[in-house]
Amino acid sequence: MDAVFDTFKLRAEAVSAEVHHFPHKSAALDFILHYLHDAGVSDAPQAYAVWAHCPFLEGVDQKQLSTTLPGLIFDVNREISAVAKVGISQLDWAIANTGTLVQDAACVDQRLVSTLPLIHIALIRSDRLLPDLPSALAKIRPERTNYISFITGASRTADIERVLTIGVHGPEKLIIVFYDVCFEPGSVN
Amino acid sequence: METKFRESINKALHNPNLTGALGRFSEAYRISRQKAYEGYDFEALRTQIAERKSYAASHLDELADLFTKNAEARGTKVFRTNDPAKVREYILNLARENGVKSIVKSKSMASEEIHLNKHLELAGIEVGETDLGEWIVQLAGQTPSHMVMPAIHMTKEEVATVFNEQVEEGQKPDIPKLVKFARAKLRTKFLNAEMGITGANIAVAETGTLVIVTNEGNARLVTTLPKIHVAIVGLEKLMEKFEDVVPVLTALPKSATAQLLTSYVSMISGPVPNTDGTPKQLHIILMDNRRTEMSQDPKFKQAMQCIRCASCLNVCPVFRLVGGHVFGKVYTGGIGTILTAWFDALKSSDDIQSLCIQCGNCTEVCPGKIDIPGLILELRRRLAVENGQPLAQKAIFSVVNNRSLFHSMLRAASLMQKPLQKDGFIRHLPFFLSEMTEFRSLPAIAEAPFRDTFKKIKQPAGKEKIAFYAGCLIDFAYPEMGESLVKILNKAGIEVVFPEGQTCCGAPARYSGAYEVAAQNANDNINALLANHVTYVVSACPTCTVALKKEFISTFESLGQTASLPRAHELANKVIDFSSLVKKLVDEGRLKFKEGQQLGKITYHDSCHLKRTLHVSQQPRELLTQAGYEVAKMYEADMCCGMGGSYSLKLPEISAPILERKLTNIKNTGAPLVVMDCPGCVMQIRGGLDKQTSTIKVEHTVQRLACELE
Repeated sequence: MDAVFDTFKLRAEAVSAEVHHFPHKSAALDFILHYLHDAGVSDAPQAYAVWAHCPFLEGVDQKQLSTTLPGLIFDVNREISAVAKVGISQLDWAIANTGTLVQDAACVDQRLVSTLPLIHIALIRSDRLLPDLPSALAKIRPERTNYISFITGASRTADIERVLTIGVHGPEKLIIVFYDVCFEPGSVN
Repeated sequence: METKFRESINKALHNPNLTGALGRFSEAYRISRQKAYEGYDFEALRTQIAERKSYAASHLDELADLFTKNAEARGTKVFRTNDPAKVREYILNLARENGVKSIVKSKSMASEEIHLNKHLELAGIEVGETDLGEWIVQLAGQTPSHMVMPAIHMTKEEVATVFNEQVEEGQKPDIPKLVKFARAKLRTKFLNAEMGITGANIAVAETGTLVIVTNEGNARLVTTLPKIHVAIVGLEKLMEKFEDVVPVLTALPKSATAQLLTSYVSMISGPVPNTDGTPKQLHIILMDNRRTEMSQDPKFKQAMQCIRCASCLNVCPVFRLVGGHVFGKVYTGGIGTILTAWFDALKSSDDIQSLCIQCGNCTEVCPGKIDIPGLILELRRRLAVENGQPLAQKAIFSVVNNRSLFHSMLRAASLMQKPLQKDGFIRHLPFFLSEMTEFRSLPAIAEAPFRDTFKKIKQPAGKEKIAFYAGCLIDFAYPEMGESLVKILNKAGIEVVFPEGQTCCGAPARYSGAYEVAAQNANDNINALLANHVTYVVSACPTCTVALKKEFISTFESLGQTASLPRAHELANKVIDFSSLVKKLVDEGRLKFKEGQQLGKITYHDSCHLKRTLHVSQQPRELLTQAGYEVAKMYEADMCCGMGGSYSLKLPEISAPILERKLTNIKNTGAPLVVMDCPGCVMQIRGGLDKQTSTIKVEHTVQRLACELE
């Protein structure tokens, strides 16, 4: 990866996000499954993981994943998201110089899984990394969607004695997972 | 000044939690803000914001129409009104029609401006603030003390007590636990509310988009979970193009909280599906409440450029002492004073406008490029027109305006003060005047004013002539500063003339809103100073220099006295401050310092008007270095000393702690000598050090340089 990624990583980590990069989708998926397992995801309230529909899931056997990891739910709704521990969604763009993720969030599921759970895992294609805000606003236009979300790090406050505290209303952990996409015919992407 | 207001000031000054938290924050803010802007051209950025916001203010009606058209085309309901009562009524009706029992709100200053919560609660609807600070303040039954950090005045112990008393027993003063508790309690409210109310930071006309920034993530929940979303948007939030979002979104988080970007930004351009698949009801209320009128006011139009970052509060030497509660209204600090005067009533700003010491710190950081102190002066002027001048003030200015009476009274005072003075200081004044000398000694009025001693100075006839404008302090309290100036210019082969007709620069009158008096002073001085053929008019008082160079012009402009403008400009072009003139003469080789001197440590205090209005700060430091001094860096060297002309007389309780900070910073440099370019600052700082019986010497730069030039 290049300097733009390094800038992103630096900026995102400065606002308490975790940043990972994988050379292909299957490695990213492995990482997520391990993470969910380690985080104690199980088929019980406060331990679910909710995964919003996204391009990453195309070609992924969701049924099998749910069987392997009970508590991993792809049928997202408000009630289940409110008692989930982890939310997973795919973001559309990343901005390097602020460590920000950008998403067309008109579909409510995208917001439910990234606002209600304690942990948010954000998937992002490596080729969707842009240098700055103007370049992102050129890509994602309000004419095409009614709700655009920008996420920069975890939810935070300094409202009591100016002490920075993570995780007020939104996730207290943001885990960003970049994965490379290979467009060569026959390859796994 | 109302007693109640004075009491609120004293209450704030004696609240160590408040002053401690605000003081530490203001110190940290200065550094972190600078870091956040690293790699950005702040001047270029704010010029762009000011231009775009000013454009919007000039096309408010057109942009509001365009916004409405575009938002409605996407299914949003837009309601536009000038009347706060209609905003409240619209929301209440909407709530009733939809059987709303519970509302969650993310931060909205516009809703506070119209006291929406109270109105809804009276109608039996539960309204919950969800921004942590706002929620704490709401539970405590208080008002926010800061626009961005509403509960900065409270300790964790106080927060725990509020939670214990108002929500649930058993909360300990542990910040992460208190935050977790708030998360859990408010989560239920989010999930149960039928309506969400937000403000907006930007409203883009060409796309009908609202931009909302938060850190906690509450706005995302407020706009996602309830089935109805109402956004209350002040018309000043309108901007023409979607691209205009870039400069505002670049500056706002950096200026507000020194972040590169807030944790969350939501851009909403139309209704989105609810969690049950039904379409969300999206209502946008474009609230005018005199904003159109403000945008049509030639002076106050620029206040529409405010992006509500509150950086003017964070750098204000007065705000960090008294906090937001003394403002008594929703909007606080410098910009808050202006907004209160418009959105509430001009008379509501009567007391609070006097808090501004006119140091100009805010003008350096305002991302909207608003001349906040200038607008506060304009408020003062309008208040003086509306209320009339206080009698005592009127009497004083009528004396100041009568040059010969003013000068003879000062001479008389010089004789009368004799029993009170010692070593050139007045340390105690009797009766009601005692407060003036409580925290700093005052200079004794000189036995012979400069206008008399000048006549005794034997000057070599020079080819070049420069007129000296002394100003009241040098003329009547510190004639030795004037004498030093003559000595220096003579060394450069320049003959100094002292036009006798010169009088007070009018700054005291202007800063009290008495513009007619200031205009009279301006005319007298213009006539006197333009009477001789001189290359420059030099002043060793930055406040006077600013008056001569800038304020005569703006006073005439404010009063519509256009006939006086050409001569005011003619004078302005000739006026130069002392340090800039001497630096120029040294650079031209017309003045030389004694060679090879090693004079040791000295420190320099930047006077407000010199640094921020005349943009002179390096010249005096370079001159002192060239003379052979090691100029020790002072912490907050350019922070006001608390003098502010008559401010220190009107609000000594605020002036004193500002001075105390300055004195500590001076002492911490370890320099035995502090110099500055303003006789007013000399008076304040010298008086303060004298009261503390410090051995640190205080001088005007003119006196120091006079000793070191060949």
